[in-house]
Amino acid sequence: MGWRLPLRTALWTLRGKQPKATADMVRELSHRREVYSAVPCHLHIFPILKRLQSSEPERACSQNMDEEMNDFMGRKVSYSSQMCFIPEESTNSVPCYRLLSTHGDLLDPSSINELDKELCIEMYRKMVTLQVMDTIFYDAQRQGRISFYVTTIGEEAINIGSAAALNATDVVFSQYREPGVLMWRGFTLQQFANQCYGNEYDLGKGRQMPVHYGSNELNYLTVSSPIATQVPQAVGAAYGLKMDKKDACAVTYFGDGGTSEGDFHAGMNFAAVLGAPVLFICRNNGWAISTPTSEQFRSDGVAIKGQAYGVRSIRVDGNDALAVYFAVKNARKMAVEEFRPILIEALTYRVGHHSTSDDSSKYRSVDEIEYWRTRRDPVARLRMFLQSNRWWDDENEDLLRQDLRTQMMSVLHNAESKKKPGLSNLFEDVYDVIPQNLKEQEQETQAIVGKYPKDYPSDVPLD
Amino acid sequence: MGLSSIAYDLGSGLNGPMSISHLSSPRQQLAFSAKSCSRACITVRAADGNSGSMRAPPSTVRASKLVTNAVAVKSETASIAATKSGHELLLFEALREGLEEEMERDPRVCVLGEDVGHYGGSYKVTKGLAEKFGDLRVLDTPIAENSFTGMAVGAAMTGLRPIVEGMNMGFLLLAYNQISNNCGMLHYTSGGQFTIPVVIRGPGGVGRQLGAEHSQRLESYFQSVPGLQMVACSTPYNAKGLMKAAIRSENPVILCEHVLLYNLKERIPDEEYVCCLERAELVRPGKDVTILTYSRMRHHVLQAAKSLINKGYDPEIIDIISLKPFDLHTIGNSIKKTHKVLIVEECMRTGGIGASLRASIMDNFWDYLDAPIMCLSSQDVPTPYAGTLEEATVVQPPQIVKAIKQLCG
Repeated sequence: MGWRLPLRTALWTLRGKQPKATADMVRELSHRREVYSAVPCHLHIFPILKRLQSSEPERACSQNMDEEMNDFMGRKVSYSSQMCFIPEESTNSVPCYRLLSTHGDLLDPSSINELDKELCIEMYRKMVTLQVMDTIFYDAQRQGRISFYVTTIGEEAINIGSAAALNATDVVFSQYREPGVLMWRGFTLQQFANQCYGNEYDLGKGRQMPVHYGSNELNYLTVSSPIATQVPQAVGAAYGLKMDKKDACAVTYFGDGGTSEGDFHAGMNFAAVLGAPVLFICRNNGWAISTPTSEQFRSDGVAIKGQAYGVRSIRVDGNDALAVYFAVKNARKMAVEEFRPILIEALTYRVGHHSTSDDSSKYRSVDEIEYWRTRRDPVARLRMFLQSNRWWDDENEDLLRQDLRTQMMSVLHNAESKKKPGLSNLFEDVYDVIPQNLKEQEQETQAIVGKYPKDYPSDVPLD
Repeated sequence: MGLSSIAYDLGSGLNGPMSISHLSSPRQQLAFSAKSCSRACITVRAADGNSGSMRAPPSTVRASKLVTNAVAVKSETASIAATKSGHELLLFEALREGLEEEMERDPRVCVLGEDVGHYGGSYKVTKGLAEKFGDLRVLDTPIAENSFTGMAVGAAMTGLRPIVEGMNMGFLLLAYNQISNNCGMLHYTSGGQFTIPVVIRGPGGVGRQLGAEHSQRLESYFQSVPGLQMVACSTPYNAKGLMKAAIRSENPVILCEHVLLYNLKERIPDEEYVCCLERAELVRPGKDVTILTYSRMRHHVLQAAKSLINKGYDPEIIDIISLKPFDLHTIGNSIKKTHKVLIVEECMRTGGIGASLRASIMDNFWDYLDAPIMCLSSQDVPTPYAGTLEEATVVQPPQIVKAIKQLCG
């Protein structure tokens, strides 16, 4: 019975209808539940809400001991003498939501009326900016101008599409391949460059590797490299938002590899139990450095995992900026209004290498990379859509790219010429107030560097 | 404050439905009837008392009243304690009191942990709080230490002040990734943009036959993590004061409690007070030798001191309280006076608090030492279950007496 749900959703999408998430899905789920019990599914939420609102522990077991025990902690289970193992995979995989075809045609032409022209153009401009920024920073690393870089090539639609659907007050916990979210919120190219160069204008004060951006002002938490640690943190932030009853949600991004981490499991599980308003956005780009998804998990991708935790989920075409935008927009609404987590799996492809320390041609074919880079480029796809509607043309394109290159050159030059943070930055912010032992260590370090300046970089000021 | 209005039934089941039998053993009931003068001198602080400064004003009262007894006796000596003011409670109640006061004072303070809600916590530190503050502020979590520690980090970075309770400190090893890589680091790596005012607390140390996995001394493992502060409480007085100070601190603080000290009874002031996170406690002034200790070993040292005083020694006993960073000011002053140091700890010999403390003392006070620093610690073995073997892994008073004799002659 369980595989009828995807089929129904698939039928809806083929008909070109975007299912209204709440009512239809609840109706669908209740229909499914009817097979197992007479209690519609949304009423199962009640015990959970009650627990978190009152202080009385829930009486879990049925009081009527004469009856067959078929009530397990709030869920009704029916018995069957037919031995039936739930299959490890369903006949149909979770369908993938998309609005644009690979060539940028709206699958439902009438939905053009729901689109905002200015927004679409702005999204496109930002996607191009991200693409250009990535290309130039990557080259800068290859030239030895910055030490390290991680590109987002191929995933621009996820970055910008999701960012455009969020509010400025939504708190973002990213992995490291989502600078587009920060860019959408207003982080300037200069600020990106400052962080990559670790100069004195870097908000992180030169303490982190390139691409570990963070901005308190833009509600984007500083990137921390360990995989998936941000997932439970986002749940914690959502917990705070729920307590304060704010009209905002927490959003966390991670890759397909991140779903193998224990933190992912724990974060999803607890978000569901708590009813935390958090969006889990998985960029399933097919690769975790050299590990393909076939070696990462055996489930039907990531979207299916949501159900195991009691989390509503959707699979979306990650290279379709419009689909990502609408999916995240609806998900956000559900998360904030209904106090529930939502899992979004965006299917895409990591066109670039994992990072500048990686050469992906060692473990995947160059043809495959080229195919996705040229024939399935999300930026080109959105451009084709815009151009077919006469909302964009080649002249705009050339102007934009030219302008961006000029900006990037100047931004790089600027960032390079700035001083690095002084030595005192090594010891500040470890604690709120610098303790005695660190003060002593600072003095020792300054003395050593002052005494043997030739053995230390000349561009680090002593103060 | 609502302190006097909280009625605690001291008689019956406040030991709670705990499955750990050792806590009701009479050997655990170390009851102090009155506090020593020195503790009375860490007096009332203003309600917004920020414990950030390491140079808190020295208390003049302390200097004039030297207590010659190892264990403070009732009445005559202590002037403040002579009045009937203050109330008696057990250490876990003191923790709860501190927690409750802070939760009342600041609505952003919340508690996360396993069974902290209706169950009241495995050691009853959060008993009654869920009824008072609601299920969301005293949050029961699933069994995922990494998850709820991560949650606390995320919540702290976005404005809350969470307290994470590890059911046993040893379980927080599962949260080590979040604690080390994020909790300790993100204030620094974000350039100071995000603060992480979490308190991570829980019982650790060797209990009564809890087995190796539940007898870990996590202070060893955490002391190296940059960005963390660590304190260890040892009496109801400092437990409450440190709890309050830790919650008010902007830094992530690890509050190490000891599983066998929860039922320690003491009379603490009715007035609000906050202890200093970076200050060591002078338990007993003396001039022959400096004994540095913390947590449960403080009480073993005090027991040994009774015997030592009878034999004519005059040890100066300091409870270091602050495990990270060390209060070298207090410790240094003591070493300059006595020139001999004995460290008594429960950590393993290798890589424990004692090992770091020795190194710090040698770096800073080498010229004042008349003898090598002695350190009594547990052996580098997992704690066995058998009671007799377990006792042999923990430093006992006779060992301390013998070490002092060796050190002082």
